Amino acid sequence: MEPFQNFTGIVAPLDRSNVDTDAIIPKQFLKSIARTGFGPYLFDELRYLDHGEPGMDCTHRPVNPTFVLNDPRYANAQILLARENFGCGSSREHAPWAIADFGLRVIIAPSFADIFHNNCFKNGLLPIVLAPTIVDDLFARAGGPQALRVEVDLPGQVLVLDDGTRIAFEVDAGNKERLLKGLDDIGVTLEQGAAIRAYEERRRREAPWLFVAPPPGLGV
Amino acid sequence: MGAKTLYAKLWDEHVVHLDENGTALLYIDRQLVHEVTSPQAFEGLRLAGRRPWRVAANLAVPDHNVPTRDLAAGITDPVSKIQVETLDSNCAEFGITEFRMSDPRQGVVHVIGPEQGFTLPGTTVVCGDSHTSTHGAFGALAFGIGTSEVEHVLATQCLIQRKSKTLLISIDGQVGPGVTAKDIVLAIIGEIGTAGGTGSVIEFAGDAIRALSMEGRMTVCNMAIEAGARAGLIGVDEKTIDYLRGRPYAPAGDLFEQGAAHWRTLVSDPDAHFDRVVRMDAAKIQPQVTWGTSPEMVVPIDGQVPDPRDEQDPVRAEGIRRALDYMGLEAGTAIRDIRPDKIFIGSCTNSRIEDLRAAAEVVKGRKVADSIQLALVVPGSGLVKAQAEAEGLDRIFTEAGFEWREPGCSMCLAMNADRLEPGERCASTSNRNFEGRQGQGGRTHLVSPAMAAAAAVTGHFVDVREL
Repeated sequence: MEPFQNFTGIVAPLDRSNVDTDAIIPKQFLKSIARTGFGPYLFDELRYLDHGEPGMDCTHRPVNPTFVLNDPRYANAQILLARENFGCGSSREHAPWAIADFGLRVIIAPSFADIFHNNCFKNGLLPIVLAPTIVDDLFARAGGPQALRVEVDLPGQVLVLDDGTRIAFEVDAGNKERLLKGLDDIGVTLEQGAAIRAYEERRRREAPWLFVAPPPGLGV
Repeated sequence: MGAKTLYAKLWDEHVVHLDENGTALLYIDRQLVHEVTSPQAFEGLRLAGRRPWRVAANLAVPDHNVPTRDLAAGITDPVSKIQVETLDSNCAEFGITEFRMSDPRQGVVHVIGPEQGFTLPGTTVVCGDSHTSTHGAFGALAFGIGTSEVEHVLATQCLIQRKSKTLLISIDGQVGPGVTAKDIVLAIIGEIGTAGGTGSVIEFAGDAIRALSMEGRMTVCNMAIEAGARAGLIGVDEKTIDYLRGRPYAPAGDLFEQGAAHWRTLVSDPDAHFDRVVRMDAAKIQPQVTWGTSPEMVVPIDGQVPDPRDEQDPVRAEGIRRALDYMGLEAGTAIRDIRPDKIFIGSCTNSRIEDLRAAAEVVKGRKVADSIQLALVVPGSGLVKAQAEAEGLDRIFTEAGFEWREPGCSMCLAMNADRLEPGERCASTSNRNFEGRQGQGGRTHLVSPAMAAAAAVTGHFVDVREL
């Protein structure tokens, strides 16, 4: 994973609550066995007027002009502003894959669904939780004729708006380090290999019923 | 050591290592694997030259993409076919047990885990699927994870986790006849909202939960995720233990009894502290029907579609307006006047034998209404299907005009050929009524199996207790 770098980007306001991962990337695109290429289908049912299918060339599809990511003001947006419970529903990591593939790097919302929130950090995306009143204010600013530009400073845990307003945000220390260093979680965990093996040995003694051999197959 | 919640007991038993930043390396006893969220995880293993840490901790099954008829013809959608074949080849390559499409044990991943006794009390269970919360019905800490975490568990048998808050939901007293586990959990979500459990593990308790069968408890825990919770939990009792005795993957003989002695301790201590407690009166819970595009948009069968003008919060009012527009409903419409086009009885929420029995009891001796274009029953597994057929339930359904299908996720998420067309309305026993969930433009009303059956035979939503 690439380390997360500070940047200044345009904020696209998606003004609806409970945006679910089915909306972020509809089910037909989950049939891919790859990790990439989901960006053109991000928010497919909201973004286009026709029905999307995997592998479709999206450059000539009819777009929904009222959808925020089709608004010229928000072309090349790197920050998505959203409402409560963003990313609820299915655990599909295809959702953060699609968001990252599209070019977004930060999502701001008053709350996120747990699994989606976790999945973001595995893919270099920074989800930022801000108080509802602050989010309301950002929606007002981002909806103006001039797009709102925001500097994201992860080490400093602060957003700097284009008028100089500074908004501090919280981020879990472990997740912050993971993003800033672009860590490979598995490699880090395997450094604890001896502890994992010791745990397993103890459990085999204390809870042997958890380690029974699986039944023979049915020969299928 | 003070009184502990069930969640704290499960957590403490699985901590391998505590990091100074407050996260824990948590040991994972069981991983269920399906075809949609695993290919990239296996590919990651391959690219890094890694092998599974403990092969026997994994059990795989294709379910999301599988067709529910003409299995002999195989999967006709070439993209779905590649995904299922990829699961087959990955499991063969890494030595993971898989119930392939042709295996009589194949079915929805959250049905077969408990059915096989692969899910055990006191275990940590994960799957790349949000409805993994289902397994919490057994006093297991079970939660859905993303594909990166699937790979992490394959490679290390662990996950990096932070302890959740605890929410106790107690359903006090008993529900009336005809009110099911599905109605209880929909009423809970209506009460606390789809984000009501965010950041929390919910423990369901109270007499009404104790009175539920294991199937009913699985239905309740299944939808804990629809309340935003990390996991759902129910304490172990003799029903839990009796359900598991003799299951193929469960321990046998003395080892089972040793396990059971420990499992009986897997309840919250009487004076354990929860971060939040919600109490609901079971007697007040009526059969539920969702009217909108989020599971929290739910009312009792006697209710009406709400009016956005009655909602003070502008964001919520706009949400109601958008939902009514999508659902093609007018504010104030009686739920009983809503007429579905299709009926779907199935999914990891409601496709177990008890669900099929409840629906069949309503359907028996009746016919699917002429206005219903398609009524589907999709059993949760090959074994559920065989059991239902042994009881004659398939004939009750088919004589009434239902189609009796092969097991799979089917129209819950419409990754296979079973789906709604734009504008079609469905009474569904599944778990999500999101826009497009059952097919682009499809309109979903979530109900219990008995309520879906009642809608099928009358052509509109109706209180099953009046039939």
